[in-house]
Amino acid sequence: MNSEAASRIFADRLLALDRLEAERMFKQETEQHSPVQLIEYLIVPALEDIGRRWEQGETALAQVYMSSRICEELVARFLPLSSPEKINQPKLGIALLDDYHALGKIIVCAALRASGWEFHDYGRMTAPELAERVVQDQISVLLISTLMLRSALQIKELKTLLNAAQSPVKIVVGGAPFRFDPQLWQEVGADATGNNATEAVQAVARCMEELKK
Amino acid sequence: MTASTMTSMERVLTTLSHKEPDRVPLFLLLTMHGAKELGLSIRDYFSKPDQVIEAQIRMRTKYRHDCFYPIQYGAADFEAFGGEILWFEDGPPNSGESIIKTAKDILTLKVPKIQDIPSLQRTLAVISGLKERSAEAVPIVGVVIGAFSLPVMQMGFPAYIELLYNEPDLLKRLMAINQEFCVAWANAQFQAGATAVGYFEPLASPDLVPADLYHQTGLPVAQYCLSHFTGPSCVHLASGRCLPLIDNFVSLGAAAVGVSALEDLAMLKAACKGRISIIGNLNGITMRTWTATEAEEEVKKVIKTAAAGGGFILSDNHGEIPWQVEEETLLAISEAVHQWGRYS
Repeated sequence: MNSEAASRIFADRLLALDRLEAERMFKQETEQHSPVQLIEYLIVPALEDIGRRWEQGETALAQVYMSSRICEELVARFLPLSSPEKINQPKLGIALLDDYHALGKIIVCAALRASGWEFHDYGRMTAPELAERVVQDQISVLLISTLMLRSALQIKELKTLLNAAQSPVKIVVGGAPFRFDPQLWQEVGADATGNNATEAVQAVARCMEELKK
Repeated sequence: MTASTMTSMERVLTTLSHKEPDRVPLFLLLTMHGAKELGLSIRDYFSKPDQVIEAQIRMRTKYRHDCFYPIQYGAADFEAFGGEILWFEDGPPNSGESIIKTAKDILTLKVPKIQDIPSLQRTLAVISGLKERSAEAVPIVGVVIGAFSLPVMQMGFPAYIELLYNEPDLLKRLMAINQEFCVAWANAQFQAGATAVGYFEPLASPDLVPADLYHQTGLPVAQYCLSHFTGPSCVHLASGRCLPLIDNFVSLGAAAVGVSALEDLAMLKAACKGRISIIGNLNGITMRTWTATEAEEEVKKVIKTAAAGGGFILSDNHGEIPWQVEEETLLAISEAVHQWGRYS
């Protein structure tokens, strides 16, 4: 079975919250693929498919959340914690900016983990707190998830603080305000945006590639 | 009565009966802007009902729109359960830490008594004051957070999703508490003088919860709540898409539905025509950067698509105008509605 067909079946099982069948299929595939191959062959395309279906109004955020968590659990249980090729990756961070709405961040964290990324999870911080940590930890790519417009606009302040500290960090943003205003990510000074978790993961990959140049 | 002498109340009631009034009714759902109006911080502003009454009256005069909106902040319903409110200088008060962290917290949760909650009492005082001042000429639109959506604040969205899928008994218990509170809170607003109450239920949106799961869980809760309200209601999904649910909302008996800027307004109009009125659907997020010309174009576009035959109130799509939207933009929206919204 090719990757597209397999990941479609896997995505269907995830969306139906059929953990047992998803796990059975996942375990079966671990016999034929290395951990990194399995992520690229099954997990990433399945999550991309689910993200696309959400964009098209075919699935709900609750299903996206549950699917991401199942993938995260499977990867944590069956694949090694860290692969050698990830150790030298530029550092990645994720945060909420003074916002208690954590769902988006949790979904992105699950998608990142399920896609093999390692990252610092800063939880909820104000712009000055986050800027300080990003500089201190030498973060290269920072993801920020927002629900409230106010939080989205605070990214401007964060960007100013990071520029003042001469941080080269690239900022990837996502969340409802950016879906309702497609120009907002540029207005707040972000480097990229993602309309769903897999787009955010793709944006991270692009930023990482740019940093290698 | 002639068309030109319609009060806001007459204009709104006419459109809700799916007839054309003198012009398209305009609801500018302004909450925090009252603080700007009086030169106060948002927190200070909401602390005294007289201030909110004064600002609501001033803003209606300034913007020439068709309702009073006495709501203080959506998180007040969470505050009633003992939740913490986070205040900001430049945005709506938010709900803080969850109050439900374990199953035991649901099992021991009690229905708050409306008379014991200062923030709710302040809102009721605002409604009463506006009722006295409006002499039945202006609709007063109250708000409750839908019983099915309130747990997002009570326990956080991730934990609530897990509950929805995995804990039917705990869900049933939580819904029983929330719907009892929701009905009591809505009916207290009707008793204080609210003309209608918006039932804000973002989780009804198929963007957030699958339609089949909503039909099994949230819809029966909405049926209970709306059937026990002592006055008319509108279902609002706070920017969430709702087209697949229009038949459900009609069956609930809602007078109107608040629709998203992300939806096809023409399709919504076709689905709603003659059955349920539409409230919407200006994009509040982009509104903060509109020029006067852009505001006029947005208003014209919405009126052209949805105003014919009545059954339409022009408003934002979220149920609250963002703090960042400037007075000039609101004036431009109002002017455009007065210029382009005439039916005759």
